[in-house]
Order: sequence, then structure tokens, then C-alpha cells
Amino acid sequence: MKPHSTALADLRPDLAAIASVIPEGARVLDIGCGEGTLLAALAAHKQVDARGLEIDPERVATCVARGLSVVQGDAERDLVHYPDDAFDYAILGQTIQMVDRPAEVLDELLRVGRSAFVSFPNFAHWRMRVALGLGGRMPVTPALPETWHATGNIRNLTVVDFRALVAERGARIEREWHFAKGHTIRKRGANLRAEFALFLVGR
Amino acid sequence: MQDPATALTLPDPLPLDSGAVLSPVTIAYQEYGKRAADGSNVVVIFHALTGDQFAASPHPGTGRPGWWDRMVGPGKPIDTDRLCVICANVIGGCLGSTGPASERPDGTRYAQSFPVVTIHDMVRAFARMLDELGIDRVHAVVGGSMGGMQALAFASDFPDRAERVLVLASAARQSAQNIAFHEVGRQAIMADANWNGGDYYGGAHPDAGLAVARMAAHITYLSEKGLTEKFGRRLQAKGDGKPGEKSFGFDADFQVESYLRYQGSGFTRRFDANSYLYITRAMDYFDLAEEHGGRLADAFAGSSARFCIVSFDTDWLYPTAESQHLVRALNAAGAPVSFVELSSPFGHDGFLLETPGLDEVVRGFLT
Repeated sequence: MKPHSTALADLRPDLAAIASVIPEGARVLDIGCGEGTLLAALAAHKQVDARGLEIDPERVATCVARGLSVVQGDAERDLVHYPDDAFDYAILGQTIQMVDRPAEVLDELLRVGRSAFVSFPNFAHWRMRVALGLGGRMPVTPALPETWHATGNIRNLTVVDFRALVAERGARIEREWHFAKGHTIRKRGANLRAEFALFLVGR
Repeated sequence: MQDPATALTLPDPLPLDSGAVLSPVTIAYQEYGKRAADGSNVVVIFHALTGDQFAASPHPGTGRPGWWDRMVGPGKPIDTDRLCVICANVIGGCLGSTGPASERPDGTRYAQSFPVVTIHDMVRAFARMLDELGIDRVHAVVGGSMGGMQALAFASDFPDRAERVLVLASAARQSAQNIAFHEVGRQAIMADANWNGGDYYGGAHPDAGLAVARMAAHITYLSEKGLTEKFGRRLQAKGDGKPGEKSFGFDADFQVESYLRYQGSGFTRRFDANSYLYITRAMDYFDLAEEHGGRLADAFAGSSARFCIVSFDTDWLYPTAESQHLVRALNAAGAPVSFVELSSPFGHDGFLLETPGLDEVVRGFLT
């Protein structure tokens, strides 16, 4: 029996973008895979070798119950135990802004995976700029819905910041996508207009 | 319900890791559910130290429900409407499979002349039994505690014979602490005058020693939190209906003492002291990495199976760190592996009891 899965077209736009790039039969590690929405869709529709890493035990249990191979663990502590080149794609969705050492995590993604997808909320979106610049308060927006003292987003970054990090680590950007109000938007002005960004990074 | 006396004698002698050869080898087993012609719906359950083949049917000695009755049966997580469960008594055991209490061909009991067996010997005997039943590759092998060790050994020794490997509250090696607890149990048995060098089958059995071994072991199966919740420091009520009070002596004043004494004496009615020695020894010798040059990943290099490893947060006998160690090795071997630490107040016994998430994980993994 195949795990219950979402049609690729019905995935959230950033996940749909990832699914559109990943070829049939690829080896994929989704870090912070949640309840396995993307992995289940990739396994069902693209026959990928789908693996996941997820910190929350209840979500891991849900994944295993759906028939997915998911390990309870933490990107910073556990990625080091995976061998080099174990995957064609490592995916880190909406998590890089939550880790202690984002640069080292990016390095690890590109060690275990030949390419890496990284997505994050863009802290330079105009709403953030208005909230901070005019309001004088840390922004609370649909993209970053929690107050500064409750949020897990301890390493907020912008589209431009991420491009700089990739260059600094000697990697290269293969492709990037930008999203606002649930849709893909153009690259021009993305640092101001994108609520979220997704990058495909290669070595 | 089927004949509880189901047993099979292997056609050939069984060479053991020690260099000894065991012959004849009888394996007692139970089967639940309808087996597909090619055996492809077979789920093998390996039992723990003091378990037996009666996973889902009443124990013939005590009449109590099967030890995994809540997990195995029609519509249950290991669903015998769909799957066929085979559970066998390990060699060295005492419920029908060849062990120290068995008679040798000359009619005398093995006792301490029974050869020391290992976890690998147990699964090799089991694989021979599958051969006899005409089963090549099974849907899954499943085990908790020592059963998990057997599942891992089976996956390592017969890399193409199981599609799925489910390991609960177990480890790829026996820790020093666990060997130490086993040694306490063995010394308690051997210190009982009735043990008589293992030669007691014609007379009084070393029940006092075996009961102490069980009491010590039983503590390791629970958690401090679980014991506190269940017993605290409460005193045991006396038979005359009066509330408990301190005896200023050595009666079982505390409820926890009374409980342990009950567990110990009940155990002696269903278990053989020599079997306890042999099976604990088999567990102590288990170290899957050692057999592969210290590299655990190599134990699974040729495996085609999917793995699911489950630990329990209050299990201090086979703690989560042991499972993580195993998961890293499986990842390094490139094996498809799932791992989850479930939260339970029951300590090591978490795999046998109602632990949130456990049923869903087992059911999902076996689908």
C-alpha cells in the first residue's frame, strides 16, 4: 500500500517547486519533514528514495505510520552521522533561520546531498521593514507570526543575506524562487517583495 | 486456537558459535493468522528473555493471556486478519524448544551440559525452521528487548530473508550495566543450594535464587517514575483488613516489596533456572559490531530490509542512546531506517504496554 499522498500540483507552492525539480528515482533527505507531506508526495509520484529527519516525536510517528522512513533527530546534531553523497537532494524547509549555526548546517547539507534546497521567510519583506522601521517593533506578520520572545526564528535573514552566505561558503546558487501571498513572484525586487524564498544550491 | 504443542524437529544438527553442535533441535512455536502459500505475509515475532511462543494465546502453564495480546490479533496493530504471525520459543528456553531442561537422546537431562548458545545460534535455528516450513522471505521480523537483538541478528545473518525489521527497546550490543545486572541474577541462582551445579531436575528447584534473579531484573524493566506512581512509600495492608504498618522486622512492609516478592515467586512457576542462566548469557555475548571488525554499519551492508527502531524515554535498560547508535550505523550503511523515541512512564516494559504512538508506528511500519 502506498502512503496517503497529496498530488504534486496541490502541494504548497514552495514544495511544488521542489517537487518539479526532483527527478524520478532520486535519493532525497527532507530535514524537518514534519508529517511527511512532501516526502509522501515524492515517494508516490516520483518514486524517490525518500528519507526524513524530524525533531518532533509525534510527527515522526505520523510519518512512520504513513510508511515513510523518518528518523527522529536534529539537523545540527544528527546530519554529521550521514555519509558523504548519501543523497541527490537534501531539503531544509523553513528551518535555517532556527538553527544555532546556519553556515555549518549549509555545509552539511551540501556534504550529504549533491544539491540542497533551502527555504526561509525573508526578513527584508516590506511588511517587516514597515513594522521595524516605522513601528519600531520587531515584526509580527503572517510569515513570522510569533513575537520576538516566543519565536524559534533566532537567525532571521533576507534573500540578499542568503545569496551572500552561499558565496561565502564556496557554493553556488542553481536556481531561486520567491513567494508572496501563496504565489510565485518575479526575481526582480524579490528582497523587498518576497515573503518566502527557496534556493537550490549546488557545490 | 491451535494445538499448543506445535513443535518441529530440525532434520540436521545445529552447529553453534561455541564450536559445539546441538542435536536434535526441537523448536516449539505458535502461528496466528492464515499463512500465504509463499509465506510472504509472515511476521516473525522474536520473544524477550523470559517470553515464549505464546504471544497472542494463553500461556499453557499460567492460563494468562499471551504476553503481546494487545499488539497481536485480528484487527490489532500486528493484524492477523492480514498477516500470519509465527513466534517460536528460543533454543535454550524452557517451553518446548530444546534447552537445558530437555532430555538428551540417552534420556537424561542436559542441565549444565547444555552448550552455551548465542543470539545468532537462536536465529540460525529459527531460520532452519523457516526452511522446514518452506518460508524463504518474510514480511517482517519484529522483537522487543532480546527479541530486538534477534531481529537485528536475523537481518544481519540473512540479509535477504526479511523485508522489514522492527526493533523495540533494544540495542546492537549488551551494555556493561546490563551484563552486570544479569550476573547478579545468575549468582543468585547459583548461590541457591538447590541449584546443585544445575542438576536439580529430580528434586527441589532453586526457586529462591531464581525468584531473587527475577526481582532484581524486574526493577530494571520499570522506571523510577513508574515505581513511585504505582507504589510510592505506601505500606502493605495486612491480611486482617488493618492498614499497613511497619513491622520493625523484615516482612514485606512496603507495597513495592510485596509486589516484587509476588513477581519473583510467580516467575519460578513458569521458568527454568538453567534456562535463565543460558539466555542471559546469550544476551551478554551479543555485540553485532564486534563480529564485523568493530564497524556496526558493516553488519547491515548487504541488507535489503527497511528498518524501524523504537526507544522509550524512561527505558534505562536499553536507553535511547543505544537506539541512536544503531540508527547512525544503519544510516551509514544506507539502509532505509525510521527511528522514534516514544514517551512512556513504563520504562523498558514500554514496548509491552499501552504507550501512545506505539500501535500506530507498528501498524504503519508493517503496512
